[in-house]
Amino acid sequence: MTVGMLLGPQRLHPIVGEALELLKVDPADGRKIAAITAGWQEREAEDQELCAALGNRSVNLMLHARGEAVFRDDPDFFAAHRAKQDRLRSLQDLYRLRLASTLKAARRVQQATAPRDLIESELEESLQALRLLDAHHVAKVRQIEEDFDRRTKPLQRLSVRRQLAEIDAILAECSAVAIAGGHVAVLYNRMRMFDLKSRLAERPEVPIMAWSAGAMVVSDRIVLFHDSPPQGRGNAELLANGLGLFPGVVVLPHARRRLLLHDHARISVFARRHATAACFALDDRCWLRFDGARWFSGPNTFQLCSDGQLITTTPAAP
Amino acid sequence: MKSAIQTFLSKGPPDEVAIAAFLKAHTFPIVEGRQATFVYHGAADAVNLRHWVFGLASSQSFERVPTTNLWHHTLEIPPQSRVEYKLEIHQAGHRQWIQDPLNSNLAHDPFGANSVCHGQGYERPDWTEPDPDARKGSLKEMLFSQTTLGGPRRVSVYLPARFRETRRYPLLIVHDGGDYMRYASLQTVLDNLIHRLEVAPLVVALTHPGDRLGEYPNHPGHAAFIAEQLLPEMQAKFPLYEAPASRCLMGASFGGVAALSTAWRYPGVFGRLLLQSGSFAFTDIGESKRGPTFAKVVDFINAFRDRPGKPSEKVYLSCGTYESLIYENRTMVPVLQGTGMDVRYEEARDGHNWENWRDRLRSGLSWLFPGPLWMVYE
Repeated sequence: MTVGMLLGPQRLHPIVGEALELLKVDPADGRKIAAITAGWQEREAEDQELCAALGNRSVNLMLHARGEAVFRDDPDFFAAHRAKQDRLRSLQDLYRLRLASTLKAARRVQQATAPRDLIESELEESLQALRLLDAHHVAKVRQIEEDFDRRTKPLQRLSVRRQLAEIDAILAECSAVAIAGGHVAVLYNRMRMFDLKSRLAERPEVPIMAWSAGAMVVSDRIVLFHDSPPQGRGNAELLANGLGLFPGVVVLPHARRRLLLHDHARISVFARRHATAACFALDDRCWLRFDGARWFSGPNTFQLCSDGQLITTTPAAP
Repeated sequence: MKSAIQTFLSKGPPDEVAIAAFLKAHTFPIVEGRQATFVYHGAADAVNLRHWVFGLASSQSFERVPTTNLWHHTLEIPPQSRVEYKLEIHQAGHRQWIQDPLNSNLAHDPFGANSVCHGQGYERPDWTEPDPDARKGSLKEMLFSQTTLGGPRRVSVYLPARFRETRRYPLLIVHDGGDYMRYASLQTVLDNLIHRLEVAPLVVALTHPGDRLGEYPNHPGHAAFIAEQLLPEMQAKFPLYEAPASRCLMGASFGGVAALSTAWRYPGVFGRLLLQSGSFAFTDIGESKRGPTFAKVVDFINAFRDRPGKPSEKVYLSCGTYESLIYENRTMVPVLQGTGMDVRYEEARDGHNWENWRDRLRSGLSWLFPGPLWMVYE
């Protein structure tokens, strides 16, 4: 089982150095740390600050640039990828339509004036409808992705295999992997394209540090959220299942900025909707550590509870 | 509680020294709660406040402080308001409209500039001001030598910062694009909102009208130019999404009519509309009192109200509560909703002017084309 740490944002208050110590990555072993910054897209290579924070021994896997090279070299694959993305976007739009009414129903039931026991039973039914909708959505996403994989066979394409050979060579020399945040869908797509899930799972001895979007991608499910974007209050939604390297948690980077954490009713619905996982706010200096069986959390790392409260705790082993 | 002007005048007739001290001690207009006091100091036979707040008498007389050249007038200005105005000075049989000499706050439009009074709580949104951290998009020019409008037509194109040929972009077509750039800070707004990830990177076609009052109200040549010439050319030249949901027509005032009528003539082509203070004049019975300029508008809106169809999918509509068009815009909301389109309507305490339209761009654009903020977790 993969081991490692999920961290809050690293730009202003980096703790990757402390994380390396906690993960017992030997700074003197002469080995590199593989960095994945594909979420930064075209700015992927602007990783000087990250390199410094990692002790100037990182090597960037350049997954975004490699993806662009694949698309350049393989127009058919690029066209198929675009078609898949268009289909996923349409699916996400349809899911949003259904989600808006299902979530609205749950919140209205929660705020209704009625006997407490009736509200609770009807709310649980509404939340179950939400869970079913979420599950249906990620299943449809997976189906579209698997159809794409079946038709295009990415890992057998010369354009991809060339890149994979280089990626494998780099990973073989590394004692840890650091996955930065950024655009979560781009990061997820690039990690999928180059089969990082299997490649990292095959190296359980190599710990992973992932933060912000990186932490979302390596967990079980990718939940997009923002309670107050400029276009109006947003409904948290699932993008896809994550790579599942770190099971049992939903991570919420920048939670203080993006979520109305004082709104207990809203937090309660959020936590109960994702009740099969523990939801964690990952703000600056926050961390979760997974030893392959159990989770441990940092002192300022809050879990969102089903009653809408935030607590500091060590999450249960999945 | 006494206002500043009342307190000042309660001390008895002021001399020039006292007046100078009073003028130095305040910024003008003096905004106190819901009251704004406008002041003029100078020789005049009469002074009037001329403003464009629909519902109030458009000319309001100042009161002269006896034996002085100090004039003042107090008006109710609700919180968050923006009111554009001029002073009308009568002297020796002549009258002249001037900007308020005591107020440096100006709003520009194609006719010049007006003074602006900000009600309590109004602040110019920071995203309308240049942000040194925001990368700037670039502008290109396109020329259509022959158009369905009968002559050549120039279109400016905004490309977002970090534009890449290998990506795809939604397309926004803006009527009166040059005026939006000059008077509503459109380029700054786009640069900032895209930089903040609040609006998706957009390719924007900025049209420049000829005779806008003739071309905009449901003119078949105008609609054909937009849908059959400009749109295909933009698709050929730039990497654009092809879905209607990624194409938006935008316009203000008569430009709003042009956007709506083009979408109406080409249903299913433009999936997004951004209509600001649309001149949606109509009649339920009898003749419109808005005069011949609006005759074609009224014909179109009446026809649209009879048979709206479903010209688009998602419409953002805004109007100032101080505009004469507020009734028409409010009335348009249920008509649009009745078509099955997704409609968002927003009002502001402002008038029929470019800064009102500027201040609504964030909510309109971020709703129609949400940026990757939702997807980015740094």
